[in-house]
Amino acid sequence: MRIRIKAKKKMGSFSMALNADISGDRIGIFGNSGSGKSTIVNLISGLLQPDSGEIFLDDKALFSSQQGINLPPEQRRIAIVFQQAMLFPHLSVKSNLLYGYKRCRAEHRHIKPEALIDLLKLKPLLERGVNRLSGGEKQRVALGRAVLANPRLLLMDEPLSALDNTLRFQIIPYLRSVSEEFNIPYLFISHSITEMQLMADQILVINNGEVLEETTPEQLARNRMAHSQNGYLNLLRLADPVDQNGLFSYRWGENLLLLSTGNISGESLFELSSREIILFKKHPEAISARNLLECTVAEMFSSDGRVGVVLSAYGKKLVAEIVRAAADELSITPGSTLFAAIKASSFRKLR
Amino acid sequence: MLLTQEDITAIWLSLQVALTATAISLPFGFAAAWLLVFKTLRGKVILEVLVNLPLTLPPVVIGYFLLLLLGKNGWLGKMLAETGIQLIFTWKAAVIASAVVGFPLLVRSIRLGMESIDRQLIAASRSLGASWYDTLLTIILPLSLRGIVSGSSLMFARSLGEFGATIIVAGNMPGRTQTIPLAIYDYTSSPSSTTMALSLCLVSVVISVAVLLLHEMLDKQLDRSTAS
Repeated sequence: MRIRIKAKKKMGSFSMALNADISGDRIGIFGNSGSGKSTIVNLISGLLQPDSGEIFLDDKALFSSQQGINLPPEQRRIAIVFQQAMLFPHLSVKSNLLYGYKRCRAEHRHIKPEALIDLLKLKPLLERGVNRLSGGEKQRVALGRAVLANPRLLLMDEPLSALDNTLRFQIIPYLRSVSEEFNIPYLFISHSITEMQLMADQILVINNGEVLEETTPEQLARNRMAHSQNGYLNLLRLADPVDQNGLFSYRWGENLLLLSTGNISGESLFELSSREIILFKKHPEAISARNLLECTVAEMFSSDGRVGVVLSAYGKKLVAEIVRAAADELSITPGSTLFAAIKASSFRKLR
Repeated sequence: MLLTQEDITAIWLSLQVALTATAISLPFGFAAAWLLVFKTLRGKVILEVLVNLPLTLPPVVIGYFLLLLLGKNGWLGKMLAETGIQLIFTWKAAVIASAVVGFPLLVRSIRLGMESIDRQLIAASRSLGASWYDTLLTIILPLSLRGIVSGSSLMFARSLGEFGATIIVAGNMPGRTQTIPLAIYDYTSSPSSTTMALSLCLVSVVISVAVLLLHEMLDKQLDRSTAS
């Protein structure tokens, strides 16, 4: 999928001047609140008309002031998953799910409702009224409803920000698997770097109604390391631990990691802040941290006075954050060998 | 309770007038509310003032304006007379008077209902492939239903009590244009008819209570259907 936008829009004191040409099936739009992310959703979906310019989805003009084209939203085949699920309160779950499907032309109906209902585990909810659903269930129904409209593009406008942390990371696999299973490209809007890392391949960074840069989630996380509340967040997928004196022992590459939290079986997702990793030049003799990893420095980057050290250990990578003075004192350069200490309690279970 | 044949006719006529006025006004009230809530129009303030004007004007003034408009020499009355239609001093004039007087109440209630609809529900509907009129019928209309029910009840009740405008455009002809309030007015002008007046007052109270109860029931029903 390719999206080309060159559009201007003025709304009161806020003005937007977008200029972007981005390709990919998993595109992220990142920006702080008030940066204009939701305006982009409205412009692409046709809920808002630009003052001038053009918007193309692949080769199809959705809007062109020059050619006098402005497709109404219902003809764009771009479905939205909103921040709040926005389910129709007077309809059952089933009727909500089929709302877009029924309005979709027969030749576009390539997604079978049964298959999607199974994938999203919605079968037990079908006859319920939407007011009797939990937050996570609502968002799953909203996702199903959008997908069943058989859109060419799915716009996800901060679909996780109304959910608590546990639910948020439970919904992400659904978002990804639905898009992959049914081959629907998406635009994922969020102000969370972690969500970007989990959902997007390319990212447009928006600020003050303008595209600041086009980047990757990894690059974005590295650039924002110094300013993020918890630094760079390493995401680790670990599965099937073994109990070791009350701690969870997970296999991580060719090594084991000891964590104070975990799930007895199945895969879990953990977050480890770059600031929770302590680096040693030599092997420390005795240390309370339960994980001591011997690693080599693969590369280094700087983020506003802080140094990001990309560590390579047991076939895996981790980013540690140190201040410039520490890097100089320890003479850390790419290729150096270091020991990284991580407390078992430093890992935060996301899912 | 004492009711003459003429009183019974007046009761039926009142119900007929109130029901017809409400039914005729509903589509216009819905359209006016929709315009006021969802559309950015030039001169919206004028529409707003026009819709609400009957609420602030004395009904007698409205009646007089209607008489000027629909009377034999009135702008509309003349045109209608040419096609053989006469409205003034018929029950139809009472319907028009009730419709005009009750219209703001209807619009205000529907409007309140529409204003409580989250705009993103409409955006969701449009992005799921529904055209604007499809969205109007499948999202806005059902979600305004409580406003519609409450506006209709208010308007129906207001029409039952309509006096000032009705007496001017429809007159007070027993058996033809006399509604409950007009009949009570007649009785109160003769001291010997107090019982008759009270009987009709009682009928008025019964009908009003029934309308309010019906409204409450429907409202609860609608509340339940969205909560389930």
